[in-house]
Amino acid sequence: MTTLAGRLVRYRWWLVVIIGITAFTLFTGDFRLDPTTAILAATLRHSTPLVLGAMCGILSERSGVVNIGIEGQMLMSAFAGFMVASGSQSLLMGVAAGITVGALMGAALAGLSVTLKGDQIIAGTVLNIAAIGLTSFFFTQGRSLPGKTPIIRLGPLADLPVIGKVFFINPPITYVSLLLVVALWYALFRTTWGLHTRAVGEHPSAAETVGISVVRMRYLNLILGGAIAGLAGAYLSLEAVGSFERGMTNGKGFVALAVMIFGRWNPVGAWGAALLFGYTNAIQTQFQFRGWFTDHPQFVGMLPFIVTIIVLAGFVGRARPPASLGQPYDRE
Amino acid sequence: MSVLRSALIPLIAVTLALVVGAILIATSGSSPVEAYSALIEGSFFGWESFGTTLEKATPLIMGGLAVAFAFKAGLFNIGGQGQLLFGALIAGAVGYGFTGLPWIIHMPLALLLGAVAGAAWGAIPGILKATRGAHEVITTIMLNFVAANMAEWLATKVWRKEGDILVRTPIIEDSAEIPTWGHVPLGFFIAVAFALAIWFLLQRTTFGFEIRSVGLNPSAAGYAGISVKRIIVLTMTISGFLAAIGGSIETLGVVGRYEPGVNAGLGFDGITIALLARTHPIAVIPAAILIAAMNASASLMQFKAGVAPEIVDVIEALILLFVATPIIVRWFVKSRQDDGVSVGATWGST
Repeated sequence: MTTLAGRLVRYRWWLVVIIGITAFTLFTGDFRLDPTTAILAATLRHSTPLVLGAMCGILSERSGVVNIGIEGQMLMSAFAGFMVASGSQSLLMGVAAGITVGALMGAALAGLSVTLKGDQIIAGTVLNIAAIGLTSFFFTQGRSLPGKTPIIRLGPLADLPVIGKVFFINPPITYVSLLLVVALWYALFRTTWGLHTRAVGEHPSAAETVGISVVRMRYLNLILGGAIAGLAGAYLSLEAVGSFERGMTNGKGFVALAVMIFGRWNPVGAWGAALLFGYTNAIQTQFQFRGWFTDHPQFVGMLPFIVTIIVLAGFVGRARPPASLGQPYDRE
Repeated sequence: MSVLRSALIPLIAVTLALVVGAILIATSGSSPVEAYSALIEGSFFGWESFGTTLEKATPLIMGGLAVAFAFKAGLFNIGGQGQLLFGALIAGAVGYGFTGLPWIIHMPLALLLGAVAGAAWGAIPGILKATRGAHEVITTIMLNFVAANMAEWLATKVWRKEGDILVRTPIIEDSAEIPTWGHVPLGFFIAVAFALAIWFLLQRTTFGFEIRSVGLNPSAAGYAGISVKRIIVLTMTISGFLAAIGGSIETLGVVGRYEPGVNAGLGFDGITIALLARTHPIAVIPAAILIAAMNASASLMQFKAGVAPEIVDVIEALILLFVATPIIVRWFVKSRQDDGVSVGATWGST
């Protein structure tokens, strides 16, 4: 009994937050089942690119490389996915192209920051600016996709009340992102590869003395992270919007970084954080639907960004990044 | 001689970027020679095009200065866009809202209040970093989005002329205008004056010395009795002030009113320019003129050579790439110069 009471006291603020959000959701959902379910489903959809982007950041930063180029990686992949899918009229080819280009962008970041030992934040900025320039230069109007990635009903699970509609009636990349959260958590904290990755991020020279190649691990993680950011890009153009627009990432790559920090560099934590951010997006739509704040849509529009700032200012002090983050590794 | 030496790396970076750009232009089926001669013609031939180049260079100088100044304290201000937006908006509001003032008071007042608004906006990430350890790269970008929404709301709900369909503030009073002499804009010289003032501040004052000490080694600066937190907040504030001056000049000297989106992308150009100038305040001027020349002639390039105007963004990204990775340039020239800026090491630290 005391442990339960102790836990209640320890997590009291989380309880307040959870109860508050639940009450608010029911309120905006007009206390009816369908709109409330719709808010939850939209939350999951909006969180997908964020959790994927955050996992890209986790892989990079756990191995010791700051990645602020997630935005650029996502934008390039969204573009490549769209161009290939519209050219080949195959969505699968498009997703594959998105992942490939994301991985290449990851390799580019690795080249700039690990091999050439450039400043990691500037290297990421190079990726971002290059992505804006290249996608605008090569984008031509008038291409179209053979539809969006289809929604898949997962058999009887889809018939469950509320949960079925939220979790088991989704398009493919959303399912993949959920699986990746679990897989990446397992890989990072329960496998040798994960141990090596974290060792390289915490204390590279110690890792090197026991025979782990710092350069190899960083390349591997940045390329893998890039591929995951590529999936996020493909999600945007092929699953969410069904088209490409200039600058369509619209800051999601940066919000993903905040999600990563809020989730304390842990895939499961990041998923929870991504849901919170997805939620701020989802209630925007619901606000519009209910006709709230329609005269002042700008205030609703800035909500996710303000939440990001508050979260960063409130939580970053308590979250500890990998120790050797941001420093190029020089083998003495 | 030393000026020539330090200009070498940026010059090689620009040349390399232009070569790669030429290859891209050729692969898209146009002639690089035609494109680049249109680029020079459209930006420097005749007073009119030269005036346009200087006009476009003005906010770029301020944006570049804002980034370069923050770099000196080891801070990376990506929030130039939002700070500039506030400067442009507030200058526009003061420019049309205050009537009956003489030019000698009204114009500087509008310029200054716009800049103060940007300074306040720039102070927020500074305070968040100094007190809460929130990294300025993320907070400044988030604040760009917040600023865009705020500015849109203010320009729609508060300062829009009744009946105007577009989101914009009314035209400013004549007494708030920054004049253009012939084709030469006065605003350009204001920007140049700021570049010189910032150089003086950094190199010849105690405050400038403190800023550079914090940039080189914050913990050593702290032991030497410099309040690192104070420097962080002040540097971000001044950086926001500089970016906002660019926005104010744009409203008062070029557009004549605030229109959202008119300055889109300028914040990112500031990063390229600051790095191209190797964060030297005076070198920011030629770097900004170079980028402005490309922007000013992009449409002529499209008209004469049939190249998509976005090639300019690609060349800019390439310049940044080559400047940011000095090793690439080292293949061409032996230089023992230090590698310029480093901001990555401050990530996540409080």
